[in-house]
Order: sequence, then C-alpha cells, then structure tokens
Amino acid sequence: MDFVNAIVQVLDSTIRLSVPLLLACLAGLFSERSGIFDIGLEGKMLVGAFAGAAAASVFHSAFIGLGMAILISVAFAMVHGFASITHRGNQIVSGVAINFIAAGSTIILGQAWFQQGGRTPALQPGERFESITAYVISNFLSTYSFSTASFADFLASIRGLILYLPALLIDALARIPGFGPIFAELVLGHSILVYFAFAMVPFTWWVLFRTRFGLRLRAVGENPAAVDTAGISVAWLRYRALICTGILTGVAGAYLSMVQNGGFVKDMTAGKGYIALAALIFAKWKPVNAMFACLLFGFLDAASIRLQGSPLPIVGKVSAQFMQALPYVLTVVLLAGFIGKAIPPRAGGVPYVKER
Amino acid sequence: MAQAAIELIGINKSFGAVRANRDINLEIARGTIHGIVGENGAGKSTLMSILYGFYQADSGEIRVGGNPASIKTPNDAIALGIGMVHQHFMLVDNFSVLENIILGAESDALLKRSIAKARSELERLEREYGLDVDPDAIIEELPVGLQQRVEILKALYRGAEILILDEPTGVLTPAEADHLFRILKQLKDQGKTVVLITHKLREIMAITDTVSVMRQGTMVATRETRKTTVEELAELMVGRRVLLRVEKGEAEAGAVKLAVKNLTVKDSRGVTMVDDISFDVRGGEIVGIAGVAGNGQSELLEAISGIRRAVSGSVMLDGKPIDLTGAADPGELRDRGLAHVPEDRHHVGLVLAFEENENSILGYHDDPRYLRGPFLNVDAIMADARDKIEKYDIRPGNPRLKTANFSGGNQQKIVLAREIEQDPGVLIVGQPTRGVDVGAIEFIHKRLIAMRDQGKAVLVVSVELDEIRSLSDRILVMFAGRIVGERGPEATEGELGLLMAGVERQEAAA
Repeated sequence: MDFVNAIVQVLDSTIRLSVPLLLACLAGLFSERSGIFDIGLEGKMLVGAFAGAAAASVFHSAFIGLGMAILISVAFAMVHGFASITHRGNQIVSGVAINFIAAGSTIILGQAWFQQGGRTPALQPGERFESITAYVISNFLSTYSFSTASFADFLASIRGLILYLPALLIDALARIPGFGPIFAELVLGHSILVYFAFAMVPFTWWVLFRTRFGLRLRAVGENPAAVDTAGISVAWLRYRALICTGILTGVAGAYLSMVQNGGFVKDMTAGKGYIALAALIFAKWKPVNAMFACLLFGFLDAASIRLQGSPLPIVGKVSAQFMQALPYVLTVVLLAGFIGKAIPPRAGGVPYVKER
Repeated sequence: MAQAAIELIGINKSFGAVRANRDINLEIARGTIHGIVGENGAGKSTLMSILYGFYQADSGEIRVGGNPASIKTPNDAIALGIGMVHQHFMLVDNFSVLENIILGAESDALLKRSIAKARSELERLEREYGLDVDPDAIIEELPVGLQQRVEILKALYRGAEILILDEPTGVLTPAEADHLFRILKQLKDQGKTVVLITHKLREIMAITDTVSVMRQGTMVATRETRKTTVEELAELMVGRRVLLRVEKGEAEAGAVKLAVKNLTVKDSRGVTMVDDISFDVRGGEIVGIAGVAGNGQSELLEAISGIRRAVSGSVMLDGKPIDLTGAADPGELRDRGLAHVPEDRHHVGLVLAFEENENSILGYHDDPRYLRGPFLNVDAIMADARDKIEKYDIRPGNPRLKTANFSGGNQQKIVLAREIEQDPGVLIVGQPTRGVDVGAIEFIHKRLIAMRDQGKAVLVVSVELDEIRSLSDRILVMFAGRIVGERGPEATEGELGLLMAGVERQEAAA
C-alpha cells in the first residue's frame, strides 16, 4: 500500500510539474508552426509570472492577476514579432534579448515596487488559484441552495446550477472504494489552470487541423510565399500566432507564481521555457505528442524529487545532485537518440522576404 | 474582333538602380494564348508580378477587360480573375492537394465544410478540363507535372479567367510539357486567356497565337506567331543574329579516354537506377546521353564523377580505374583530368552565398596558382576571375558580386568557365543549358565543341533533345537505367523520342 501511495504521489506531482511545461510547449507550438522560432518562451513565462503575482497581490484578485499575466506576456510576444516579423530580425537574437529583459526587469521592478528582494508579497487566499478538492466539491454540494435574494445571488445560483450535475458525478466517483482516493488524488485537487492546460491540448489540435486559421498557420510555417500569393498577409498571420503564444506563456507564468508558488520569486522559471522547447522538438511539433513529452519531463522531475536521498535497488544511495541532473541528462539523451528524424516547419527561423 | 483581356500602358518599375521594366505597353486579346519571350533578366517575370499584384508599378496603368484596375495585392488580382502559376510552385509540400487548393480561398472557418465544398468543385473542374489529380494526395509525393496541375487548378478554383504561367516547362519532361500544352489549348477553347512566359522559342511556336518579345526591360516587338519565325524571335530577344544550331566539323575520334563497363548503380532507396551500362568516350568526340529525366542519367553522372557509390562495374579514366565506392576524392579526379559540370548547379556546382571570384576557383582553390604560401592569393584569384568573365562574357562583370545575384545562365557560365579553363582531358556535363538563354546556349555549345576539337572527351547528359542532336557525335538513349540504343547525330527526333519512351525495348521483349 505504501508503494501504491508513493506511485500515486509521484504521478500527482508529475501532473503539477508538467503543467507549466505543457502550456509553454503549446505556446511554442503556435509560434514555431507559423515559422517563428521562439527561444523567448522562458522570458515570457517569467514576465507573466511576475505580472500575475504582482497584480494579484495589489488588486486582491486571482483573475485580475491572470489577466495581467496574459497581457504582459502578449506584449512581449509582440515585441518579438515586431523585431522578427516586421523588421525581419534574427529570431534567436530577439528571443534571447527577451529572456534577458525579462530576467532583469522582473527583479528591478519587483524590488522597486515591493522592496522584498525581488519577490512579490506572499499571495493571500483569494489572490491565488485554489485547488478544486473532493472536500471543496462535497462542501459545495451540501451548501448549495437556490437564492433570488439579490441579483448577484441569482447569478451565483445559476452558475451553481450549471456546475451541480458535474459536481455530483465527481463526488460520486470520489466515493468509490479503492478507486475513489486515487481519483481524488490524481484528477481532483488541482487548480483550474491545470484543467485549462490539459483542455488546451485537444483545443490546439482542433484549431491547427480543423480550422481555416490553423490551415493558414501551418501553411505560413511551411511556405510563406504560398500564403502570400494566395492573397493572405504573412505578417498578420504570424502576429496572430504570436498572440496565441503570448496568451499561453502568460497562463504558464501565472501558474508558476499563483498556483505552484504563493508569489513571484526571481528566476522562478528556471529553464522551463527551454525544456518546453526541447519537448516541442521531441513531440515533433504535434499537440498530443507535446502533452506526452511534457508529462514525461514532468515525471522525470517528480521522480528525481521523490528519489532524492532514498536508496535505490542495485545502485544504492545516489547523490541529490545526480538526481536533480537526471531530467536534463535524459532530455539530452532522448533528443539525441530516440526521436528519429524531427522535421521542423520548413520556413522556421527564416524571415519572409518577397523574392525578386 | 477579340476584345482586350488585359492592357498594360506605360508600365515602369525599378529595383534600386536596375530598371526592370521601362514604358511597357502590352495588349492581350481575350481567349488567346499570348507568349512573352525574353532572356533571363529581361523583365518578363517582373511585369507579370506587377499584373498579379505582387509588386507595384512605379508608374503606368493596368486595364482589365477595358476597365482601369488598381491591383495592389494578389487578392485584387484574384478578384479580377487573374491567376498565376509561378515558376517555383507556391504549394505547401506536406499539405494535400485539396488543402493547397483551398488555402486562402476557404469558404468557411471550419476546414471540414471548406474541403467538402472544394472537393465537389474540384471534381467539376477536373471533368471540364481533363485535369486529373488525386485530391487527397500529398504534394511532395506527386511528380512535378502533377504539382503544376495543382497550381492550375488552384487558379481555376479561384475563378481565374486570365491565367499567367511563368516558365511552366522548365521543370517538366517533354511528355509532361506536351500534356500541359494540351491543357492550355483546352483552357483557350473554354474562353480563358493564357499568358505564357518562357525563353524557349519552340514552345512559343507550338502553342501561342501572339508573341511579345522583351529585351533589357523594354517591349521590343509583338508578332502574330504564325507570321514569325524562331530565327526572327531569337534575333529580337538577343539583339543580334543567333545560331540556333551550332556549326561543327566532323569529329576526329582518338583514343578511349573514358571507359564505362557493366556499371550498376542503385539510388538511396535501393532501386536500381543504372543497370549494367557499358560505353566509351573517345578523345575528340562528344557523346550525348538522351532520355526522359529520371531514367538513371543523374545517377550515372554521379557515379562516374565519384560522388555516388556504384554496386558493380568499373570506370576507367585514361586506362586507370576510378574509385567507385563513393569515397573517391573529387580533388584527385580533378588532378587526373576529369572535370564535372553538375546538373544541379545551385546545390552541387556553386556556393550561392560566395562571391563570383570565389566560385570561379572552387574545388581548385588549393592549386598553387591561387596560393601564396598557406594563404589565398587574392590578386591572382581576382585576375583569374576577370579573365574568365571576359572570356565567357559573364554578366554583370563584377567578380565581387554575390553569386546568387547572377542569372541562371550566367551562373552556368561561371561553372563552365571554372571547369573548362582547367583544361581537363575529360569533361562531363549534366544539363549544360538548363535555364539558360538562347544567346548563352549558343556560346556554351560553341565552347563544348571547341573542347572536342582540342581532342578532349566530352560526355553530355541532357533532357533537351534539340541540344543532344545539335551537340553530339554519337547519341546514347537511356531508358529505365539501360542504354536502349545508339544513333548518329542525323537521327530524327521521332526516332529518338520512341527510344526514350522505351518503345523499341518493349517490342523486343514482347
């Protein structure tokens, strides 16, 4: 039972650790599929994390924080677009510049505004995204009543009515003996952003492969000249792809500072943007693959945390540093050896210039 | 009489200091096939790009169907019923045919409905014009002839009444080109207007109703096709008299310089491309290898020049074997007097990002003539490049210019000058005049014949039957990896065409 418990816990933290990777990876997918390399995922996540936590603590609202995270992250994506689409600059240089600006400006502004060594104030309940646990659901079910006392009450009641049936179902699932606790541990107990991240996987797939926008976006990443001669603006299309990227990195940043952590800490992205890029290549620029790649990287991270300090069979006790390095080592090995030929979008990294 | 579909009045366009189009006037009658000929860089493509809204004219007026039109983007052109098939196809290689056709003309925000609508529309177009393409095929898996058909369908799907084709036959085999011409005639019969840009005069004579000639950015003449001749058009294009078939004396074949014996070569997929081929090339003769592209000629050239591994057989250069394991040192082969002008000058023959002078010594850069100690002797290299520029009339005559900025014909001259000026004993040339102007073709052919007259062995591979017949002292025809016949230069086009199609071989097998 102890063993099962350990596994469930590792899987649970796998999900939590995968979420920022997954959001950043899907963000990169939009951008790279449109032919814009985006090494600045890291920086956009970081400014998102900072803007989210700062706004949430100032305005005492998690949703205002999330909105601000998205806004600032999109703004940075537009800077990348202005440099690399409008001015045809080198996309790698622009991305690296964004990472530097993000790392520096978040610390400076954080110190100037909050005087806590670059941190934002610890977020209070209501300023963070709370977990939706089995307890929250059963509590909701037992206290729900329909009220028309005021207009606000009425709106809340309608909202509750919509949520009532799903809540009932989840509550019932969580009560099944044996299965229930595992279900509650793995599927429940996460914040709304976690569900958002996983819902984005089929949504991204649907947008890319089932809509006009997706068709054009994939086309512009393969052969922008074909898009141009078909009478579609290459620049506007790529800007729109970068807006999608900005939104998703904003949510990823908000998740880091407002869910995983109770506030912004300097350099809190810690290379996740780069790991997300690696996952994107590993996933061959496909949304569902991206999810599995991010879950794998998340699992490695979770396993390394779990196994730190505990002896392993055969090899015995392994140093903490080795365990911490493991995800990165495996990333290199996987990327080098196991994915076979990953064909990137053909126009990736090349600014579009009408040929003479 | 026929009403004008398009009128261009006083069109001017400059790129920096280059005046690509000056005071162009052109009238294209509805329901005709109108050819526009001119050398590379004469401004044909620029003019058509202005008509398609890809560029804006600096001055001038465009009228479509008699009404003044403002065409600022391809969208405007499409709305006016103008469609364009570009020289380099504007297709997304890993998309399906249907996806390419609807791109930019989707009827609905959701693909499913757009594709369903396009599918039935496409079936109608295919029936109407005999343009068969599998709508679900992936572009990169289709032969170029079919890819071009997709481009035509793309234009028709957008309701094009006027179809512009920019150098459409450059990438096609003769059979595919013939098929294209049948399609174009059918479009004309349906009342569409076709504008055909090309520098191949034979095509103009074969298919157009009227022809306009451009030279150095100006429109020099417009003729009714049946009232003009190839010679007249060539003269108008180049601005002087051109010999379309180079004069040459009898070959005086000497000793065997290159001997190919039982050579078998497979491609990267393991398919046998060259199947047990044997032939000799003697000093003082030009041997031409004719055949439809893809019948093993490319692999044969690569094997002889030591780039591709041969499965079995031998190649002797001046009686000594060439390493056929694919590990041959091209430098050593050059030292032994084998020069190779590759088929694909862009990928194999030149480094396009290099300056002209650097490309003109590429591969010979460790020759002591170009060195001063361990360093490159820039003065010697520049002098050598200037010398070649003058001798081969390479334009523009600036050795410091990036190679990518030269036209295709002049790039080819750079490669030829480099290889020929090394005075090799054996010269192997793949597609000597692919994408090259009439004037330059004459020049290149004269050079190759001069090589022969000096007693060198020349092996030419070309898909242009005219070229093979004009140059060769002996013609070998390749089909499906084998040499299916040898003929003299007097062989007729029909005779060679049958051999190239493998007809005789099939009869023999039956």
